[in-house]
Amino acid sequence: MSASPANPPEQNTAEGATLLEVRNVSKRFGATEVLKNISLNIACGEFLTLLGESGSGKTTLLRLIAGFEQATSGEIWMGGERLDVLPPYKRPVNTVFQNYALFPHLSARDNIAYGLRVKRTPVSEISGRVEEALSMVKMQGFAASRPSQLSGGQQQRIALARALVNRPQLLLLDEPLSALDANLRKQMQSELKALQREIGITFLFVTHDQEEAMALSDRIALLRDGALEQVAAPRETYARPATAYAAQFIGQTNLLHGEIRGSIATCGALRWPCEEADGSVVFSLRPEAIRLSADGKRQTNEVRFRAAVRQQLYGGSTELLEVDCGKGQTLRVRVPACGRLTGEHDFVFSISDAVRVQE
Amino acid sequence: MKAQLTTRRSPILAIYAALVFAFIYFPIVVLVVYSFNRDGVGGFPPRHLTLSWYTQLFADSSVWDSVLNSLLVATGGVALSLMLGLLAALALDRASFPGKVLFRRLVLLPLILPGIITGLSLLMFAVFAGVQLSLLTVFLGHGTALISVATTELFAGLQKLDRAQEEASLDLGATPWQTFWRITLPNLKLSLIAAGLLIFTLSMDEIAVTFFLIGRDNTLPLEIWGRLRRGITPEINAVSTLIFAVSVALIVIWYHLRSRSLDAPARELFEQP
Repeated sequence: MSASPANPPEQNTAEGATLLEVRNVSKRFGATEVLKNISLNIACGEFLTLLGESGSGKTTLLRLIAGFEQATSGEIWMGGERLDVLPPYKRPVNTVFQNYALFPHLSARDNIAYGLRVKRTPVSEISGRVEEALSMVKMQGFAASRPSQLSGGQQQRIALARALVNRPQLLLLDEPLSALDANLRKQMQSELKALQREIGITFLFVTHDQEEAMALSDRIALLRDGALEQVAAPRETYARPATAYAAQFIGQTNLLHGEIRGSIATCGALRWPCEEADGSVVFSLRPEAIRLSADGKRQTNEVRFRAAVRQQLYGGSTELLEVDCGKGQTLRVRVPACGRLTGEHDFVFSISDAVRVQE
Repeated sequence: MKAQLTTRRSPILAIYAALVFAFIYFPIVVLVVYSFNRDGVGGFPPRHLTLSWYTQLFADSSVWDSVLNSLLVATGGVALSLMLGLLAALALDRASFPGKVLFRRLVLLPLILPGIITGLSLLMFAVFAGVQLSLLTVFLGHGTALISVATTELFAGLQKLDRAQEEASLDLGATPWQTFWRITLPNLKLSLIAAGLLIFTLSMDEIAVTFFLIGRDNTLPLEIWGRLRRGITPEINAVSTLIFAVSVALIVIWYHLRSRSLDAPARELFEQP
């Protein structure tokens, strides 16, 4: 976060200071509890992603912050002001909707100017700000087009400009890239990230795509069935998943179920020293943490095992192996491309890469 | 396409279909033809075509007074029923309140109620309220009787609206009132025009309700009806032909707007041959 914001927002927005505070928020729809006691802080200038499967409550949380839904209990604060008691049109927050929700009867320019007009911004100021927003999303040539004349990616840009022109303190993005095809999606991801750095507005981004979340976010808040599973930076979440669910949802992993007895962890065919209390335990071991051991030797703090290669999936620079360690235990191993492998081989991983996770 | 299909299957069915169509449309054709016949209603086949009945019609001031009355009543009826119908449709679409099902049934009741019942009850109400019967009572009668039509049409329009647009408007800082004027109404424009045209047409040829509420000034259908008691004149044929032409034009426009405001799959269904 080194870029200097082009339009420094007023008051209390030093980077790192808390911008939005979600306090013990719950939401019920009838008998279903969609959000369960969520507490979450968002820092100024941060790119925070709400990641979760469909039905995890991520969009509901976004809608609570935007003001389209009312929390059943809990509070939402923003910059010393209570947000959840305000109607949506009084919140210093703007949203980019999943299907853009552009106004079909207005041109791209009028769509963008809408927020300024309804708030009675001086006419002299509007056109300059609209042009600025159009150039921010590289859509200067399309000001007069109706939404129906624009492609999905172009509509996406207009929706973004329509929200940003209001200079919100917090921008909410509800799966904004999910309707785009893969190539455009990648391109928009990098543009979105660059834009966020350039203008320094705080982004709260909702997605179900863990790759997108990892690529874009400063922090990821992983939601599962309406509860927060883990809130951490992408690297932290990947390297140190808190739960088995987090480990599986973000990237691929091997979950090793076993037990610790007398400072020895035993998971199927694998054993290693572990200074923790006795009891059953689950470890997450990333496929790329395991490697082929050419000489069959191991160093201290490493676990070596012999396993038969059952399947080999070639992926260009890497290959994904499925290896059988015996006792019915199968592990996935990602190794640099190495040509055809058959039969038994020695593999090693370092003990510190087996991360203990909650069930 | 349908006709070809049936011809192939059974010529009897085709003849039957042709007879049904003849039964429906032949009288109208006769009416139109005789409006151009110099010898008036008698004399078949028509020999001398003329526009004289139309010239006579255009010179007849009492017909034009009634046309003006009908236009006044229909325009007012459209405004009143659209206004109240829009409010009812909004309530049905958005609000949830106890007795909503009952409310919907009550609003839609005039659709299935015979006009004679509606007319009679409105008359009794007017008498009870001590209101002199006049064009005003006719206008109020049409306006209220046609609310149900406006409600169904506008409710269908509201159901097709993308609610995310209204949320986007609120999100951008527009109050609910601004949102209604700037987003909801413009998106409902086609439905409003279509409903207005339909109601206008219905009001223009309404007889049952009008009959009970009319004062001294006749509407066009009642003027025609009154003249028929003195026998069919070619002048009536001429004015009927004009009404027929205007009605067909309005209905065609209404149908076109309505199918344009429907979403694509529904439109396909609508226009399937």
